[in-house]
Amino acid sequence: MSDAGPGRPLAHWQHRLAERGIDRQLWLLVPALVFVIALFLYPFFYGLTLSFQPTKGGPLSDYARFFSDSYERGTIWITLRIALPAALLNVLAAVPIAYRMRGRFRGKRLVTTLLVVPITLGTVLTAQGLLNFLGPTGWFNRTLLATNLVDEPVRLTHNYWGVFFSLVITGFPFAFLLVLSYLSGIDPTLERAAATLGADWRRRFTRVTLPLLMPGLATTFCLTFVLAFSVFPSAVLVGNPAGETRVISLAAYQAAYEQYDYPYASAIAMIMGFVELVIIAVVLAARSRFYTGSTGGKG
Amino acid sequence: MATTTQAPPARPPATTTDRRRRIAARPAAWIVWGVVIFFFVNLLGVVASVLVSSFGKRWFDTWLPDGYTTSWYARAWDEFALLQVITVTLEVSVLVVGLSLLIGVPAAYALARRSFPGKRLIFLVFLLPILMPPITYGIPLATVLYKFGLAGHMSGVVLANLVPSVPFVILTMTPFIEQIDPRIESAARMCGAGLRTVFLRILTPLLVPGILAAAILVLVRTVGMFELTFLTAGPDSQTLVVALYYSMSASGIRAQQSVDAMAVIYTSMMLVLLVVALRYVNPTQLVARVKDEPEH
Repeated sequence: MSDAGPGRPLAHWQHRLAERGIDRQLWLLVPALVFVIALFLYPFFYGLTLSFQPTKGGPLSDYARFFSDSYERGTIWITLRIALPAALLNVLAAVPIAYRMRGRFRGKRLVTTLLVVPITLGTVLTAQGLLNFLGPTGWFNRTLLATNLVDEPVRLTHNYWGVFFSLVITGFPFAFLLVLSYLSGIDPTLERAAATLGADWRRRFTRVTLPLLMPGLATTFCLTFVLAFSVFPSAVLVGNPAGETRVISLAAYQAAYEQYDYPYASAIAMIMGFVELVIIAVVLAARSRFYTGSTGGKG
Repeated sequence: MATTTQAPPARPPATTTDRRRRIAARPAAWIVWGVVIFFFVNLLGVVASVLVSSFGKRWFDTWLPDGYTTSWYARAWDEFALLQVITVTLEVSVLVVGLSLLIGVPAAYALARRSFPGKRLIFLVFLLPILMPPITYGIPLATVLYKFGLAGHMSGVVLANLVPSVPFVILTMTPFIEQIDPRIESAARMCGAGLRTVFLRILTPLLVPGILAAAILVLVRTVGMFELTFLTAGPDSQTLVVALYYSMSASGIRAQQSVDAMAVIYTSMMLVLLVVALRYVNPTQLVARVKDEPEH
């Protein structure tokens, strides 16, 4: 009886938790949770508090410093000016191409495999290739000169366009494969039903497929945008890191690793995360207005 | 009777509109294929220009280099200490893959099988590191790792690379575990197997394809991950992609061709991984990272 006394309330307590779905199996989650808390949440909040403890001045002075300096403040605009058009172009170009390729055809596996190549190569290698290929004596300019399309080499590296192309080369295949997988998730019988009711392909696309695809497109845009927004290596290597393509991640990097001003770097990183989340929130809010049912094409 | 005779004539109009659509769509098809081919030609040019340059003796203002040589590879191998860099890359990747599987798979199991209060919140927490750009959380993370003396050598690189990898394993494994019939586990439990036996003897063999797919995807991402490694690596813990970045940003000191040779070594390493990966996973899986998130 003596050990039943403490045993009973314990069993009772465990039983009540188990009824709500909490039991010993949830220990399996603990390593991952500890890990995410220690290496993601803690550093994030550490950075957040650090950004309010600048080396000099009041708690908000690092933020004030960022926004009062036009060279620093401008990095937000520079980043958005590169990332938004690149992400938009990638998604918009992916739609018609994926729409055409959604069926089965010979070589589909080859095309999708080839498209994965630039994603795996990553931005650093793409930058190196672009410098060779688009440079003033590269093959691209040589072809333009040889076909008399231009009189002198077009300047496409070490400026805005170099970074833009590197984002298209890595981002377009990414967007395409996502859109393709969303498109193949849409039940093809819906479109056939619309065809039987007399809708031509334009109406079938705009009234049936596109609305079902919209949520997927919004998700694709968000993911492509996140990739483009954190552009760093190509902005340094094929861009003009001192001026035209001094993106916000570069400003954060320079504050941390060149000036060793960690509070300021954290403040820039927080601003960067905030700007990005605002854009994603806007897109996701728009996305929630579309149909996200079980017919596929959902995000 | 009337309906069955009505039904067949309904087919021909459908096929004629289909044929008409195909003719009308022909210019559009040409444009689409033209854009795709233009993209691939440029992509090929980007990759080939690196490849050709790495074999070229001298290549200035001409279509192709003056002569061909393989000496740049030997020079790159020595100049950039590539043996050490590749060893580090492999060590980091293997450690990241192993640890992320060890941490991620049990969590994926709990998330796939159980429902409990706060599950959505936990799922969101696991999703965040994938949705955030690496630089945003990488800088605070590197600051913390330096504070504890973990960054600047390999442990820091491994820890930083685990941050997106563990959630990635969880997100790819959860749907995979969900499709395994829980009755198999119940049957094993009935026969007296404990949680550990169920895990090792029943689940792991069934999960091997999923684990393999997750492992190879994490491997590809870790070898290609630039930002986090860049922020936490010290001089002797650079992976190949970071070493490539440093050699490129310091170009002018080194011959362009030996940087290209290094880029080719990196590319061929990635392509080998890619060929291996594509044996186990669908191309779309390489990019569709959060596709399997539950509906909100």
